[in-house]
Amino acid sequence: MRNMLIIARRELGAYFATPVAVVFIVIFLVLQSVLTFNMGGFFDRDQADLIPFFSFLPWVLLLLVPAITMRLWAEERRGGTIELLLTLPVRVWEAVVGKFIAAWCFCAIALVLTFPMVITVNFLGHPDNGMIVAGYLGALLVAGSFLSVGAAMSATTRNQVIAFVAAVALCLLFAVMSYPLVTEFLSQRVPVLAEVARGLSVNERYLGFTRGVIALPDIVFFASFMLFWLVANTLILQARKAD
Amino acid sequence: MPPGPDNSADATKSGRNQGNGGTMDTALIEMRGLTKYFGGFCAVRDVSFSVARGEVVGFLGPNGAGKSTTMKMLAGFMTPSSGSASIEGHDVLRDGLAARRALGYLPEGAPAYGEMSVEAFLEFVARIRRVGPDAVRRALALTSLDSVRLQPIETLSKGFKRRVGLAQALLHDPATLVMDEPTDGLDPNQKFEVRALIRAMAPRKAILISTHLLEEVEAICTRAVVIARGVIVADCTPAELAARHPSGRLDDVFRALTEAEAA
Repeated sequence: MRNMLIIARRELGAYFATPVAVVFIVIFLVLQSVLTFNMGGFFDRDQADLIPFFSFLPWVLLLLVPAITMRLWAEERRGGTIELLLTLPVRVWEAVVGKFIAAWCFCAIALVLTFPMVITVNFLGHPDNGMIVAGYLGALLVAGSFLSVGAAMSATTRNQVIAFVAAVALCLLFAVMSYPLVTEFLSQRVPVLAEVARGLSVNERYLGFTRGVIALPDIVFFASFMLFWLVANTLILQARKAD
Repeated sequence: MPPGPDNSADATKSGRNQGNGGTMDTALIEMRGLTKYFGGFCAVRDVSFSVARGEVVGFLGPNGAGKSTTMKMLAGFMTPSSGSASIEGHDVLRDGLAARRALGYLPEGAPAYGEMSVEAFLEFVARIRRVGPDAVRRALALTSLDSVRLQPIETLSKGFKRRVGLAQALLHDPATLVMDEPTDGLDPNQKFEVRALIRAMAPRKAILISTHLLEEVEAICTRAVVIARGVIVADCTPAELAARHPSGRLDDVFRALTEAEAA
């Protein structure tokens, strides 16, 4: 437990040791604002809410979260520091969770920095702030889910580009699983799988949060989703830490 | 577990130790039949030897002979295909955490987090190893890193980086040290300093170092284990090793031992 926090603290420090973190946050904020104001028609809608903001968010996270996670283990492999880290008296899962916590904190910082949006809608009208809080919680859970997938992909390779592409592909799969494109295709052939696909879709679960509904089944889904990928990450590392 | 049989097992074990003149209970590193396959290729075959307190064992062999693979298995980073190893009595597989807690390990190439300062990096390792800030100060002094302690590791020269790796391995003052090429990349003066440091620590510790520098074996090692193509071909004192060739020079013996099978 303590090792986990020591590793998380070191990792988070490493993010801010280079300008990469700042560049990343700036890109995130610019992209998210452009999508919200231009493509989302924030002003034209004439509504005091953050619906356009939250509807674009998972797609931005889909691209940017794998950019955070690609270096997580791939870089440790390339630099040889994985040998240093895993020959210290730490358990593999402590290192996995420590790195995950650090990356999640980084995402949380990026999300918190979108606060001017919240101020803007509150200045212009009377939004349902409870709904906004629920939306942020959902966004944080989506970010955590994509992070856990990306971290596991990063553990499979020493090549950051492969880690990035594999993570985007897998995250995209879990994002669009509930879309008609997938479900209609499946229901025509194996109807059972269509229901399963809808149940496993990250975006479908996120939708509830953006409407202000914090449902226990959704929270349980996100928690188990992250747990599954963190366990996968640990097993991948244990099996091939020296490769 | 009933206490009776347990006690008697202990008694026979300590009895055997005394019979061996006390060498058993001072063997801090033990390898029994360590074997590692990479696919069909056998990198290390049936390596067995032990290192006792007070010994500095030089692990010699040409590049690719299996030195680093053996050390990675000792450090718990690679899983042996068969055989076992223990550090201070803790099996590296079954009791890996305790083994890694006891061991001071310098991986090949002395990897470290480049963006961190020397001091921050050592403080990180110190926190994981549950030792205080005075341990960091002691390690910095031992490896003469005080002058660069606030510099990012990636900006340091090769010699300094190697010493950061050494400092990290010495941080918790371990009784058992495994170091993969501790003097690689150091200039002659730095080599001299590191060897002096190893010699000074030797009486209190069991030290295993890998090297392909024969003068290093003569300078600091009490025993030399030569490995070629994954198999141990010699295990004796440097003087005995030198005596194996008419010329009495270690390089001749080394060449004869490690090239014999290729011919």
